[in-house]
Amino acid sequence: MDISEFYETFFEEAEELLGDMERHLLELDVDEPDAEQLNAIFRAAHSIKGGAGTFGFDVLQHTTHLLENLLDHTRHGELVLRRDIVDTFLEAKDMLHDQLDAYRQGEEPDPEAFERICQTLKQLALDEMGKKVGDDAPGAAPAAKAEPEQASQPEEKSKEASSGVSDGDGGAEGRLTIALLGIADKDRDLLVEELANFGEIIERRGDSSRYEVVLETSTSIDDIEMVMCFIVEPEQLEIVAAGGPAAGAPAADVSDAAAKSDSGESAQSGQHSEAKAASPSKTPEQPAKAEPGKPAAKGQDKAKAKPKAAAGAESSIRVPVNKVDQIINLVGELIITQSMLDQTVSEMDATQGGALVNGMSLLQRNARDLQEAVMSVRMVPMDYVFSRFPRLVRDLAAKLDKNVELVTEGESTELDKSLTERIIDPLTHLVRNSLDHGIESPDKREAAGKSRTGRLTLSAQHQGGNILIEVKDDGGGLNREKLLAKAASNGVPTAENMSDDDVWQLIFAPGFSTADQVSDVSGRGVGMDVVKRNIQAMGGHVEIQSRQGQGTTTRIVLPLTLAILDGMSIKVGNEMFILPLSTVLESLQPRKEDIYAMAGDDVVMKVRDEYLPVVAVHQALDVADAETEPTNCIAVIVQGEGRRYALLVDDLIGQQQVVVKNLETNYRKVSGVSAATILGDGSVALILDVTDLHRLSRTKREAQSASRQTPLAKEVEV
Amino acid sequence: MTDLNAASAAATEAHSREFLVFSLGDEEYAIDILKVQEIRGYENVTRIANAPDFIKGVTNLRGVIVPIVDLRIKFHLENVEYGGQTVVIVVNVGERIVGIVVDGVSDVMTLTPEQIKPAPEFGVTLSSDYLSGLGSLEDRMLVLVDIDKLLTSEEMALVDTIDA
Repeated sequence: MDISEFYETFFEEAEELLGDMERHLLELDVDEPDAEQLNAIFRAAHSIKGGAGTFGFDVLQHTTHLLENLLDHTRHGELVLRRDIVDTFLEAKDMLHDQLDAYRQGEEPDPEAFERICQTLKQLALDEMGKKVGDDAPGAAPAAKAEPEQASQPEEKSKEASSGVSDGDGGAEGRLTIALLGIADKDRDLLVEELANFGEIIERRGDSSRYEVVLETSTSIDDIEMVMCFIVEPEQLEIVAAGGPAAGAPAADVSDAAAKSDSGESAQSGQHSEAKAASPSKTPEQPAKAEPGKPAAKGQDKAKAKPKAAAGAESSIRVPVNKVDQIINLVGELIITQSMLDQTVSEMDATQGGALVNGMSLLQRNARDLQEAVMSVRMVPMDYVFSRFPRLVRDLAAKLDKNVELVTEGESTELDKSLTERIIDPLTHLVRNSLDHGIESPDKREAAGKSRTGRLTLSAQHQGGNILIEVKDDGGGLNREKLLAKAASNGVPTAENMSDDDVWQLIFAPGFSTADQVSDVSGRGVGMDVVKRNIQAMGGHVEIQSRQGQGTTTRIVLPLTLAILDGMSIKVGNEMFILPLSTVLESLQPRKEDIYAMAGDDVVMKVRDEYLPVVAVHQALDVADAETEPTNCIAVIVQGEGRRYALLVDDLIGQQQVVVKNLETNYRKVSGVSAATILGDGSVALILDVTDLHRLSRTKREAQSASRQTPLAKEVEV
Repeated sequence: MTDLNAASAAATEAHSREFLVFSLGDEEYAIDILKVQEIRGYENVTRIANAPDFIKGVTNLRGVIVPIVDLRIKFHLENVEYGGQTVVIVVNVGERIVGIVVDGVSDVMTLTPEQIKPAPEFGVTLSSDYLSGLGSLEDRMLVLVDIDKLLTSEEMALVDTIDA
């Protein structure tokens, strides 16, 4: 069996488990930890350890093993949680993530980091558990020093003592009866082969519904179970110690009974309390007494984990994004073919092909539905983005000595997967800003009559074809005077009578930071301009609302998807182009007296007391047979990167949704053009990039004027 | 008998390669058949502004935007006309798909290693870097073009170069 095929599955699963672990750790109430959450955290660590063991990722296995032991103690109330312990767990989780990444890259994880985290975890175990063990059983304390790892994990040792049999029997091999339930013949052989790795197979018998293997091994039941669980469902497996000391068998039986019996609930709770009562006196020397609680809890784990896994398997499948994109492409093609057919049918004699016409309209409806359904496959909930902020806010707040409560709203709002990935960085930046500059320190807040705990709200909602994402804090708000002063000192043009909204926009200028002190959180002055650029690159825009003393709200408006664009089709000469509708403000017929030629070949157009640079599309893109007289053209006022331009085009055709196709897949970046699309007749139209087009037209004019040696423009006759 | 034929055919296949032969003006060129995805007519090409003249533009190949290069212009041929007979060979170059315009496609030829001669130093229009050799077939001479090298070369301006 080639196990490497399963690597990717393991990596993905492990990543999800780590995510779950972090979420639960963050939600965990340190004073009154929820037993179910502790179990969930433990389960995650346990599963990763099992997988790592199966695939031979030793470092990962070892680290999770240490973490798992600590979590196990926590779960049984032997280790009292504190905030710093949770921090250590989080740190360990990060480390696991790093290790996982390293394995994914086919590298060995950083041994130093591994050593460090092991030490931290061992130290924690020693500090917290060592004391206890020492108090209750003085005999164990010296051992703890000599062999910190083993002795600090009495639970582990006791587990091995009872179930692994070998310890109890003074080195003699243990005999286990492993029953495989409902496993097909071909899989069974593989499993038996796998089992043979643990020891010697003495006997094998049974049929596909129940197949028993008697195994002579020194491996503990738990370890075997862990490995096997990666291959078969837990309920397909029954492991019983056979012929060993009595301690092992009953324990395993209890486990089965607890997992299976209908009265398991009461049995579990009974044993649970027993386990709690027993735990303080639990030492490696008393395995039998400690054991009953353990299998019961395990049984409980299984019972809970199973339905969840089954539900997850049914409700979702993993599909590579490129497969989805391929389907989207094909559906796009189908739509185009359909509209071509539609056109042909509409030109036919309606009396002849009544059925055909009906069929066509049905096809059209189905094709549109299909397209919508396929597009929705790419959509993921915003939770995917928001879920990474609790950790960030927690860490940052602790670093800045601030109390911050994070509220997220609209996590289920869906957004295109490619956009969710690109929105993370800008959002992270905004959240950092809010925490560092927005929300005040507890004392300051109290003085201002606000609660000591600041509130940061992340929300998402749909608004037409867009998604609106807000980052809102109830901090001090932006300071108008400070911003103006800073702008003046940075050489950004300002005016005393600027509206508040215009003043807030100043912080998007490059190199702008109003933080008095540069901290390592933010304030280096690179940031908001990058945020703005990133969001604009995604076809969205960002705006700020702020009120002094009441907080700041940053709103990001993004299109739902990059794959489809609302476009305005324009005609220049005989060529058709698409302008993104989001950039179009208005269109008008230019009057002769509104057009001014400036020195250096620039032409501006006066639109409502504003002078806009004129970009003649035919000139920038060398279109032949186009209208060159501005007054015969149509001026489309467009906005790009915060500036407005007047584009001169021949004609406006109309609005339509277009599927965005990348030009760079098979060709290269074309200046003035952001992408391409396929029109209803199957031909390709280029989607214009307004800002780039302006740049292009400038460089072209400069080149032309340099070659002609004439200072004035000839393209636009004034 | 049939087995013998198949066996000898297989043996030939192992050493010889198949080429698609196309014409540019009076000359015959050939490219490795495995690079060819399909052959189609020249239609519906959208011009790309500010591109070299031999890049005719882009076209829609079943939902994929594909650039079209006219090798006749690239090789400075005199009669460049577009009509119903103008043929586009769609080739796969690396991860990319590119269409090349030629005067016509004639046939598919199998050339044995002995039939492939090294390319002599050529003039300026077609650097010998882009040739994998000359194929001689009875009285015909085929110019074997290394289409990968040719289309990804800097002078074709099809691929973004690092400084671009």
